Amino acid sequence: MTQSYRLPSGAPPPEVRFVFDGREMKGRAGDTLAAALLANGVGVVGRSFKYHRPRGVMAAGVEEPNALVTVVRGGGRETPNLRATVVEIYEGLVAWSQNAWPSVGFDVGAMAGWLAPVLGAGFYYKTFKWPVSFWKRVYEPLIRAAAGLGRAPVSADPDRYARRYAHCDVLVIGGGPAGLAAAKAADGRVILCDEQAELGGSLLSRAETTIDGVPARNWVARGLDARVTALTRTTAFGWYPDGMVGLVERVTDHLPSPDPGLPRERLLLVRAKRVVIAAGAIERPLVFPGNDRPGIMLAGAAEIFLARYGVTPGRRAVVATSHDRAWHTAFSLAKAGVAVAAILDTRAEVGPDLRALARDAGIPVWTGTRIVGTGGRNRVRFVETLGAPPVIPCDTVLMSGGWTPSVHLFSQSRGRLRYDADSGVYLPDRSAAAETSVGACAGEFDLAACLAAGHRAGGGEARAFAVEHEPAFGAASPPEPAAPHPLAFVDFQNDVTTKDLAIATGEGFRSIEHIKRYTTTGMATDQGKTSNLNALVSAAAAIGRAVPDVGLTTFRPPYSPVTFGAFAGAARGELFDPVRRTPIDDRDAVFEDVGTWKRAWYFPREGETMHAAVARECRAVRTDVGLFDASTLGKIEVVGPDAAAFLNLLYTGDFESLAVGRCKYAVLLGEDGFVRDDGVIARLSKTRFHVTTTTGGAAFVLNHMEDYLQTEFPALRVWLTSTTEHWAVIGVQGPRAAEVLGPYLENIDLTALPHMSVAEGLFASIPARLFRVSFTGELGFELNVPARFGRAAWGLLRESGATRYGTEAMHVLRAEKGYFVVGQETDGTVTPDDLGLSWTIARRKPDFVGKRSLARPDMRRPDRWQLVGLLSDQVLEEGARVTATDGTSLGHVTSAYRSETQGHPIALALVAGGRSRIGGAVEIPMPNGKIAAQVVPPVSYDPKGERLTAPIATPPPRVSVRLTETPVAVPFTAPCAGVSLSLAPETSRFNIRTSVPLAPPLRAAVHGAHDIFWLGPDEYLAMGDGPPDIVADSIVDVSHRTAAIRLEGAKAAWCINAFCPLDLDDLPPGACTRTVFEKTEIVLWRLSDTIFHIEAARSLVPYVWALLEDARREFLPPPPAC
Amino acid sequence: MLLIPCPWCGPRPEAEFHHAGQAHLTRPAQATDEAWAAYLYLRNNPKGPHAERWRHLHGCGRFFNCRRDTVTDRISGTSAPGAEAV
Ligand SMILES: [Zn+2]
Repeated sequence: MTQSYRLPSGAPPPEVRFVFDGREMKGRAGDTLAAALLANGVGVVGRSFKYHRPRGVMAAGVEEPNALVTVVRGGGRETPNLRATVVEIYEGLVAWSQNAWPSVGFDVGAMAGWLAPVLGAGFYYKTFKWPVSFWKRVYEPLIRAAAGLGRAPVSADPDRYARRYAHCDVLVIGGGPAGLAAAKAADGRVILCDEQAELGGSLLSRAETTIDGVPARNWVARGLDARVTALTRTTAFGWYPDGMVGLVERVTDHLPSPDPGLPRERLLLVRAKRVVIAAGAIERPLVFPGNDRPGIMLAGAAEIFLARYGVTPGRRAVVATSHDRAWHTAFSLAKAGVAVAAILDTRAEVGPDLRALARDAGIPVWTGTRIVGTGGRNRVRFVETLGAPPVIPCDTVLMSGGWTPSVHLFSQSRGRLRYDADSGVYLPDRSAAAETSVGACAGEFDLAACLAAGHRAGGGEARAFAVEHEPAFGAASPPEPAAPHPLAFVDFQNDVTTKDLAIATGEGFRSIEHIKRYTTTGMATDQGKTSNLNALVSAAAAIGRAVPDVGLTTFRPPYSPVTFGAFAGAARGELFDPVRRTPIDDRDAVFEDVGTWKRAWYFPREGETMHAAVARECRAVRTDVGLFDASTLGKIEVVGPDAAAFLNLLYTGDFESLAVGRCKYAVLLGEDGFVRDDGVIARLSKTRFHVTTTTGGAAFVLNHMEDYLQTEFPALRVWLTSTTEHWAVIGVQGPRAAEVLGPYLENIDLTALPHMSVAEGLFASIPARLFRVSFTGELGFELNVPARFGRAAWGLLRESGATRYGTEAMHVLRAEKGYFVVGQETDGTVTPDDLGLSWTIARRKPDFVGKRSLARPDMRRPDRWQLVGLLSDQVLEEGARVTATDGTSLGHVTSAYRSETQGHPIALALVAGGRSRIGGAVEIPMPNGKIAAQVVPPVSYDPKGERLTAPIATPPPRVSVRLTETPVAVPFTAPCAGVSLSLAPETSRFNIRTSVPLAPPLRAAVHGAHDIFWLGPDEYLAMGDGPPDIVADSIVDVSHRTAAIRLEGAKAAWCINAFCPLDLDDLPPGACTRTVFEKTEIVLWRLSDTIFHIEAARSLVPYVWALLEDARREFLPPPPAC
Repeated sequence: MLLIPCPWCGPRPEAEFHHAGQAHLTRPAQATDEAWAAYLYLRNNPKGPHAERWRHLHGCGRFFNCRRDTVTDRISGTSAPGAEAV
């Protein structure tokens, strides 16, 4: 095809070849796809949503409702629903029209158009109702196949997306004249964004206009200096609280072969001290029958295609308007050689100047007239009018119903809108945020006034701009209601006509929100850009109310579609969530996800099934010895003179009377008396306790304790430190446990270590804490060694021939002992007594959290659900209902396993009045019939616990070895000038609690050989060689809890802001703070402008590292060519 | 994302904080069943200013009181526990 609609020009930009619907065409560099298609005379670019009517390009920007295309880049890159008016062509672009089969020119679905009389508003709701069974199988697939926009891609998105936080003093939204004036006048850090490929907005289509004597196009870049970060192809899509605005930047879509280091899109979350909204206005279509035919276009759009791209919309145009501005479009067209068949103005009176200009241009004019119909199959061929010649032949209709200010961001900022009766539009009234709306979005259309207002809003002194050769805009005219007609389209994208609105109002809908949902006007990707006000005016007229009385639909973000990829950013695939691995992380295991942890589930031998592996692991623990990685258990060090008193208030047991060196099983309740967590608490000294929590409860328990400590019992002198990740924990369980551990212990006498006790000493020459505790019912220990020694300790213990076991065997073993698991046997409604744990409650304590609730009558009812065992001849299903033999519901199964030890299935269940039913029969109804079961005590193995307390024989002689350290593993990192990543050398770390200031708030300080970081008003982290010489209320060794990444380079701060929401300009060298980093927590220390130290929990260092690698990809040098 | 003024750290992004429920509840030393149930379960649900607690969990770790308007989301002030209420 040839570009037969392109005007000749002196030095045309280079030609670009592209393919639309399989046909190769030529355009010009800088064209939008819409401009290039128009240049090639392509009229029909898509089919409409519901009626499959042929549609052409109607607008020139993001408001385009019709020309939606799918762009295919290969390799799974397929993006539907892109506006042809926004897509920029590049060499080799491949685009397809949508919603048409077999082609846009001949479309089978167009018969829906003949059915339009019955497909009106509410048709789907009324028709596809019965029978119900048809909904999923017949109606929905049919509707989905017939209606709808582009197809969703079927393969994973291969592109990378990035997200970052940005901060500025002034954010200017919109790079038209008002926004440019604001950005140029603003001080400090300024971000200016515009959704188009170049800044300038309306100035880009002003060939003759001058500003302060400079041609408007040249004025655009003048005075935009380095303060201003100008972002083009960047849409401000939503306003969020406290001045945070979401921007999405399309980084590579316009490039023929993008740099693979670049993200396709970048989401910017901009926190601005002040926002200037200069979002402009959108031209409204006129509503008349047949106003959707290809060739019918907004007048302003035609002017843009003409002035910016040298493309004429047709050969013979009719201009239909209610507004002065479109007359100038007619004059421009005439000047460019397009025949203008008529100007049809709905107004009776038009100024003499305009008439004179029209006369000079030789254009016939009719006023007080309107279009009542159009004709033409795939392109408009004529219009029918009232008040002008009945039929006017043409191939183009340019319409203008006035301009609607884009107030969506203002409205989202919770500013109040007012209805302006003179212009018939809503305008910003009162700001609720640090925001100023200027230019067309504030109802100001005079160029000089827009520039002056922008300049003032940016912070400049009041001044005037000299504007010349700019056509007068003229007075605004309110939109007029249109009569109901099945082809008078209001919402082009959703195929909503004035008749649909009349149906809705006729059926009693009054609120515009209801009318919107019933007719679908203003929905989907379009969000009512061109249709909102026209729908409002027609609906108001139909129900006989004034426009402002009908209400206004909510402007929800996003204003225009944002890809899921941009929202997700780096958080996909491996980086969707942190993956935490223990310091032991024995990869021979099959792993299961427990929260974000990967826990060893079972250790299959080659060819072994899970069932066989678990049975073997259980057998080993019962008869020999097993090793279990328990490192994920939560650990909290509780230190201070009131430590025991505090634990007495938080847990049900008595810890004042717990002897040093002994452990106690501990149950934590909520204030409502229900079990929240459990664990073992060991007393290391009079003032120091080692508390363990469940894996999943670690963060909750610490928060719960801090809450009570800080706000309910603030007088207690006790301090809490998480040590979860400082320790690697190995369960050594089974009759041979002491024999396996013994040879490596120093200063710990196993024979003097009774069940439920703790000893500190050395394990293989490394300081360790050894607990004699058991969750298996066997003689057992939990060995705690500092995390970097965990893997070596695991390897050393394996040399004894001990069997590794995973969480599945652990569950079977504990269930045999009737030990409950938080979250499995409990669900937030279970009391200690329900679990048979009344013995854990120290009744003489005057107070503990939950005590008062346990005294409520309901907590003591005999028919409460109680933990029991169930005996059946098949493995029950966890969660299955338990009933009496008469079918009465009694409770549910909480745990069920095959028990290797017992030789039959075992189960735990919560059963109403369960303990009184022991010996009785119950049933478990399943889809294939009932399963009979007998209620039994929960403990099925060693009910007296004799194996736990077995005396320990003298262990074998000591073997002298020393464990080696395993550092955190991070992948190789490529050197990069912009930003480099490295692991900081290992060092000692101590968590220090004191009211004596060791460093100023949010700052690091030097104390002797240590760096001291302020973490909170009485909390510091000391880093250096060995323990610091400091006297404090609490000092806890956390050397192995974290590891540190050093980030260095000019782009270091930039990379951190990809995941950290802090304004790093507020973080000068020497500052430090705990903060968030994507989905985890870090301590961030700024050493200099370009060097940062990031302290992250040991298990989370690989996650933080990988995120930083992702962020710096665009700064890496390209890989060497091979 | 709200910007929440921590009494110790100044204004910081909401992502660093955890909401911690209604403020100024008094844990009764003695209570009837009814009064206790009210303490456990009954909370204000105002349309407008609301006294609530937040914790600067991923910051200084402190709990504090905060007055936030539930309609506008605007925070009129924060204070340390025990300090004069905002
Ligand atoms: Zn803070």
